[in-house]
Amino acid sequence: MSKLVGFQSNPRLKISELIPWVLALAVFFVLPDYLSLGAQILTYILFALSLDLITGYAGVVTLGHAAFFGVGAYTCGILSAKVGITDPLLLLLMSAIVCGLLGISTGLIILRTQKLTQLMLTLAIAALCFEVANKATTITGGADGLTGVVIGPIFGLFKFDFLNKTAYLWCLGILFIFWYLVRRLVYSPFGITLTGIKENKQRMQAIGVPVTSYLLKAYTFSAIIAGVAGALIAQTNQFVGLNLIGFEPSGEILVMLILGGVGRIYGAFVGPLVFLVAQDFLAKQFPEYWNLGIGLMLLIVVLFAKGGVLGIFDKVTVFRRSSK
Amino acid sequence: MKKNKFIQFGLVILSGLMMSVTSAQTVKIGFMGTYSGPGAAQGDQLDKGVKLFMKLNGDKLPPGVKVEIITRDDTGPNPDVAKRVAQELIVREKVNYLTGFVWSPNMAAIGPLTTEAKVPFISMNAAAARVMNNAPYMARTSFTLWQSAYPLGQWAAKKYKKAYTAVSDFAPGHEAEEGFIKGFKEGGGEILGSVRIPLANPDFTPFIQKIKDTKPEVIFGFNPAGKAATGMMKAYSDLGLAKAGIKFIGTGDVVTDEELQGMGDVALGVTTVHHYSANSTRASNRAFVAAYKKEFGENLEPGFMAVGAWDAMEAIFYTIREQNGKVDPDKTMELLKKYKSTTSPRGEFSIDPETRDVINPEYLREVRKVNGKLANVEIETLSTGIKDPMKEFDKKK
Amino acid sequence: MDSFLAAVVSVLFYGVAYGMVLYVISVGLSITMGMMGIANLAHGVFAMCGGYILVTALAKYQIPFPIALALSFLIVAFFSVFLDRLLYKHIYDAPELEQVLFSIALIFISIAIARLIYGTLQQPVMLPEYLKDQFTFLGRDFPAYRVFIIVFSAILIATLWFGVENTKWGAMVRATVDNRPMAQSIGINTKLLFSITFAVGSGLAGMGGALGAEIIAIQPTYPFEQLVFFLIVVAVGGLGSLKGPFFAALLIGVLDTACKYWIPEVGAFFIYIVTIGILLWRPLGLMGKRA
Repeated sequence: MSKLVGFQSNPRLKISELIPWVLALAVFFVLPDYLSLGAQILTYILFALSLDLITGYAGVVTLGHAAFFGVGAYTCGILSAKVGITDPLLLLLMSAIVCGLLGISTGLIILRTQKLTQLMLTLAIAALCFEVANKATTITGGADGLTGVVIGPIFGLFKFDFLNKTAYLWCLGILFIFWYLVRRLVYSPFGITLTGIKENKQRMQAIGVPVTSYLLKAYTFSAIIAGVAGALIAQTNQFVGLNLIGFEPSGEILVMLILGGVGRIYGAFVGPLVFLVAQDFLAKQFPEYWNLGIGLMLLIVVLFAKGGVLGIFDKVTVFRRSSK
Repeated sequence: MKKNKFIQFGLVILSGLMMSVTSAQTVKIGFMGTYSGPGAAQGDQLDKGVKLFMKLNGDKLPPGVKVEIITRDDTGPNPDVAKRVAQELIVREKVNYLTGFVWSPNMAAIGPLTTEAKVPFISMNAAAARVMNNAPYMARTSFTLWQSAYPLGQWAAKKYKKAYTAVSDFAPGHEAEEGFIKGFKEGGGEILGSVRIPLANPDFTPFIQKIKDTKPEVIFGFNPAGKAATGMMKAYSDLGLAKAGIKFIGTGDVVTDEELQGMGDVALGVTTVHHYSANSTRASNRAFVAAYKKEFGENLEPGFMAVGAWDAMEAIFYTIREQNGKVDPDKTMELLKKYKSTTSPRGEFSIDPETRDVINPEYLREVRKVNGKLANVEIETLSTGIKDPMKEFDKKK
Repeated sequence: MDSFLAAVVSVLFYGVAYGMVLYVISVGLSITMGMMGIANLAHGVFAMCGGYILVTALAKYQIPFPIALALSFLIVAFFSVFLDRLLYKHIYDAPELEQVLFSIALIFISIAIARLIYGTLQQPVMLPEYLKDQFTFLGRDFPAYRVFIIVFSAILIATLWFGVENTKWGAMVRATVDNRPMAQSIGINTKLLFSITFAVGSGLAGMGGALGAEIIAIQPTYPFEQLVFFLIVVAVGGLGSLKGPFFAALLIGVLDTACKYWIPEVGAFFIYIVTIGILLWRPLGLMGKRA
């Protein structure tokens, strides 16, 4: 069992943890043509982070996390296109609140169940949200998607441009805030308890821990983060479509997280980065067969590189240390 | 030995210089097709249209001008993906034109983008009409739903009194439904009911069964061609609607040429209105179909989407030639607004200077057996140049 | 009233046909998940394969329909053994997440291969003439093929249930699903048993996919699109149960058809509500055995 998964006893910031932020800022200056992909990657990192919290740390496997992502996106989109609210911060807040409420209510439903039932319920809830988005055409746009999403300047100063410079920095900033919060949470007593619940739920219950209450809090917080990520993507694209909600994006984000390495925060950074960049590259070279490439890559990871990309990194580190 | 190498080296440098000089004018066309997902069948049509054009006419350019086509996959009716990909094409690849687009939702998503970035856009297929209203850089060489649905409604009202409509639930479907109902009601017909079928639906049976039970004289159908067309026809056949005396009519999408062979004899007699039929005996079409079959296989029929792609490429190349390779977005739009084609496989068509939408001929067709194979036979020309009726009505409001 | 009753009959008819197909496909998933605890989300791949085999046999090789149907079972069953030996055995004891990822990878790969071989168009099913007509019964028309689906599936299911209740294999399966360590300790070769059961389950899925090719279109994205329904059938029916998924599949089939007929504006919304409701009321499924 690698040392780097789950709870860490030393919560101090390591130098290596600054790398992602340095890289992200570098990209802003060095690759100005790739900022729309960059903003998308940052959003999905936030989304993956939310999933890591609930699946990696709390041990709840969900095939329906895009319910929150999608609801967050649609909330932001509908409030902007149909109600006329355009302040980006306010929209993020509204999405957070709506998804928080949804998180609590669905959490109460699913967290008392186990394994397959739980998995199915998460799936059913996501599929339900998809159907609502699909059918309520007058407010969601249905299969055509929600156009007319107008986002005002951030703090009244920074306009969203079509080169996505503002969007990129905005996403980076929000990601930074939530990364900090999640990191603090995970290293706190609350985080220890979560890891304990994931490793052995019965034992935790036996020592008197109100397991469901802990899980509910984690689940709700995770839902809020996913909702904010959804709102971010709505703001970046100024458009909301059906493929942000439902089973497929839920499966996709799970794949991205596992690819990066689950239960270690930074897997959520590496996974979406690798997946989305690979998808971007493969879709360009072989528009017809990128499925094959992704499938093979995933298969290789599962068979030979359990623990995802960061798992490989672990093994290398351990190997180097032991051979000294 | 050394002398040989020196010459080789020199030649390489020389050809490099020559290439960099002659490729001074490369016009980049961003082509957004659909290569994955269930909509790939339609995307395949666009792809074939473009490939055929490039093979036969790819060199019809002013000297020193090259065209580079950058192909991308929108993965289906996914406006989210389409928007991001279009953005990349514009920002990263710096394309001069944007074209392709099977799906109307995708086209709707990038409207503001083309306006902000000033990139001329020609839809090869996406047909929803209202999308183009606030997008001055968008034009279309395909069709709009009202162009076929409205005249069909008028024609149907002369023969039938009661109809039921069944359309796919997205913007083009809604427009087809509106157009047909308006035409039909204007002619004194009665609409017994309307159903909107989810876009991603595998089985039409329950919907068609309901329609059968309501007993209309005719069912008006619309779907985005491809697999859905076969599905709808299958339900119509399986449930014995023809035997029950309910005729099937629709826009040309429901008996789209490339799927028609797979539909079986139940499709015989289905009457549709559309701007293109592979069976048409027009000289320009005969040549097109022959070239298509030669390139892609004797058993493959081109459909209206391949024609839309072909014609869009023609239009784009025209604007490139007129500007001698130095393309400017505003000049391109001016040229497009005045564009007329007399050599299209569909007949003559032009682009409406006011709305930048396409003015199409519309034919009344019936599915018959020609040389043992099913074909859409043009039995009447309803109009040689019909503007989008929806915009006309919108104007009058 | 009469036309309402007639509508109900139709809805039940189509719903049951759809449900039967769902069950034949999903029963294998229920047993293998209950038996070995493997979250095989790629089950739809087997159904899709069966569908492609049928379609190719009919269209390209003009093989008679009954033989083509049998082939869809046999070839897929054989193929699944191959996959099991080669790939699945690596993830028998892997954590749930890894299994999920593995099956998703399989889905991606199979989608690409299907597209490579068959292209993207939906495959037309060339039914034999004797299955194309309609039966008229009590004034309503029933397409012959759907009648065939119902009858054939019923026979198949009856055989399966009889087999599981009354054969030694069936007894071993039931024992292993109930309590694997115990079964192993009394000498049951669970690994071999699993391989056989996996083959049977996958073969059935293939046959189900072939049978249902007219209802559930055979195209490369099949495994992704239909996964939700197969999982719902298994979860609602009860993991590891043989009969539970049958009722779940019928329920889903009829409900789906009824919604499309009477309230098309609502769509599949209802099915998910019902699924959530049932899972809350009976978390182990209608007839679930394992926790």
